[in-house]
Amino acid sequence: MQLPPALHARLAGAPGSAEPLPVERDPAAGTTPFSFAPRLVRFPREHDFFEDGDVQRHLYLQDVLTQVGGAPERPRRPSARVPEFTCQVAGCCQVFDALEDYEHHYHALHRNVCSFCKRAFPSGHLLDTHILEWHDSLFQILAERQDMYQCLVEGCTEKFRTSRDRKEHLVMRHLYPADFRFDKPRRSRGQDFAVDSRIIWRTDFSMGDFYKALSISPAVPGAAEQVLAEALGDDRAPSEGDAMEVCSEHVEPSPEPAGERRAYSHRIPSTICFGQGASRGFKSAKKRNKHQ
Amino acid sequence: MIFGEAEIQQFLRLAQRGTEEKEREGALVSLRRGLQCPETQQTFIRLEGSIRTLVGLLTSNQALLQLEAARCLHELSHSEQSAVVEACLPATSYLLTYLSGHSSDFIELCLYTLGNLIVESEAVRRQLLPQGIVPALAACIQSPHLTVLEALGYALSQLLQAKEAPEKIIPSVLGSTLPQHMLQLLQPGPKLNLGVAVEFAWCLHYIICSQVNNALLITQGALSTLGLLLLDLAGAVQRTEDAGLELLACPVLRCLSNLLTEAAAEAVGGQLQLRDERVVAALFILLQFLLQKQPSLLPEGLWLLNNLTANSPSFCTSLLSLDLIEPLLHLLSVSNVVSVLVLTVLCNVAEKGPAYCQRLWPGPLLSSLLDTLAFSDTEVVGQSLELLQLLFLYQPGAAQAFLQQSGLQALQRHEEVAQLQDRVHALQQTALHG
Repeated sequence: MQLPPALHARLAGAPGSAEPLPVERDPAAGTTPFSFAPRLVRFPREHDFFEDGDVQRHLYLQDVLTQVGGAPERPRRPSARVPEFTCQVAGCCQVFDALEDYEHHYHALHRNVCSFCKRAFPSGHLLDTHILEWHDSLFQILAERQDMYQCLVEGCTEKFRTSRDRKEHLVMRHLYPADFRFDKPRRSRGQDFAVDSRIIWRTDFSMGDFYKALSISPAVPGAAEQVLAEALGDDRAPSEGDAMEVCSEHVEPSPEPAGERRAYSHRIPSTICFGQGASRGFKSAKKRNKHQ
Repeated sequence: MIFGEAEIQQFLRLAQRGTEEKEREGALVSLRRGLQCPETQQTFIRLEGSIRTLVGLLTSNQALLQLEAARCLHELSHSEQSAVVEACLPATSYLLTYLSGHSSDFIELCLYTLGNLIVESEAVRRQLLPQGIVPALAACIQSPHLTVLEALGYALSQLLQAKEAPEKIIPSVLGSTLPQHMLQLLQPGPKLNLGVAVEFAWCLHYIICSQVNNALLITQGALSTLGLLLLDLAGAVQRTEDAGLELLACPVLRCLSNLLTEAAAEAVGGQLQLRDERVVAALFILLQFLLQKQPSLLPEGLWLLNNLTANSPSFCTSLLSLDLIEPLLHLLSVSNVVSVLVLTVLCNVAEKGPAYCQRLWPGPLLSSLLDTLAFSDTEVVGQSLELLQLLFLYQPGAAQAFLQQSGLQALQRHEEVAQLQDRVHALQQTALHG
């Protein structure tokens, strides 16, 4: 198919159109038995006309998708391996030998961190909501009189009186799981359970795990608490209450709303005692400030 | 790798409760290898608590465990078994939440996983919509990372292709900021990325051919953007041997062709793009490219040419003044579908009257027509007859020349064909008696 050489120049030239030749139709044109009339043609979804192009698209995608996954065995982009280095954020000792791994670690754990309680969030949006609901005393005051709990789904403008109402909305309207990790209610102040009592109300925490965690001798006061917390993957201790945050263990949907903790206090048998003279509950978090 | 229940349980236990972080990661890496296998996938989903554990790891505070858990989910998302895909439902709210994070590799992975899940299961789509996938994508499309954008385009294109999309999905997509961002990502220029543009051009195509609210897209400048993109494509095709350009050409041709049928297109007809004859030049450069690279896409290019010329004296004149009739005739031997389209375009030109037919004559047109009359395909012949009628009507001497070139014999072989008879006889009459 030979194109006139001037065509390429025309493409590169200025916009513009030809002065149209005069149109002059004869009424006999396209009359029986003829039928031609110029028609704009429209093809809807699923029309056969699209078949060939669709097949091509499908083959292209198959090709692309086999490369996705970021798996080290079949990298899409070669991952940069560098000499081992440590995360530079204060208090974090994570070591890396690949920049990609570091990028994800940084964004997941250090990027959206609450400056009050050091909890990390997956997004700025969730962090902002957390700060508002947990650390803003004005919020608490306003919440007594009006709907302040904002729906967590981007684009939904509904607000609720309580976090429980919001959770119900998330579940009913947005089909979120009842135990959505990033919507745990704030524990109210003034209890003698401090942060560690959350260990008590993890409903999938079996007694077997409990004893395994104690397999290191609890002779040293406080050591058992540390061991217990570590065994549950809890290497950061937020300084207060509970948890709209990233937890390391998945909590089963609890039959009672998560705010109630009394129902689970029976899980620690009364015969267990931590260190000398320790009471049944856990003391405050002061001594666990390892990673602040 | 096929793993049994016991092995899977072991990996999960190690991942969840291992003491060494490397050990935990390693367990998930091993699990992932297993999950590349359909048998292992089936065993995995049937194991009680397995998905729950995986989701727990996906949301853990160990970033590298999160990543490995996401990779496991990604393997599951490749399954063609709806049971496996639907087992991933508990993870979707988290995948969406992570789209508003910042780790581009992780987001990319979540997007491809979502895209895969979307394709395979209506149950997944039914859940993702109320979970807010459209606003999540609308926020994520502002990412500066090309890999994220390409992944997003993929996921969105799968969503838009769903059979329930015209009623359930496209309206909310049109109501979001997604179309504006998509059009921005299709703007030609130094920042245009081919991989990204391909995905969003296909997204636009699925929206447009669903005919939900194309007028809205036109007001947002879709015609203008796509027209400029067509010019850019033709330029790129001239400069390089890049094999990927036809992947972008196809949806662009489709979008433009369908949009031109909208009433709203007439309203913006004053916009230069719709009268700019560079569009015709670009289209022919693309047709030549397609003829070499992907002839099966020629009908799509000619479809656009039909819609450009049908009601436009200006574009018909451009075809003549740019000497494009002869190149057009060269396409007549490609296939029946292509031939019908070529003849239709020629009819578009001829029906505008004597001034146009004069420029079609003499030249190779007559001999081409005599060739097409020798085809056995009824539609090709029928369209040739239509063109002949117009030529006989508007071009003095055409009938005469036709006779001299043994046109009557060419007509004779179709005298008995039902769909063609009447037209054949009419032409015979005109040729013989004027």
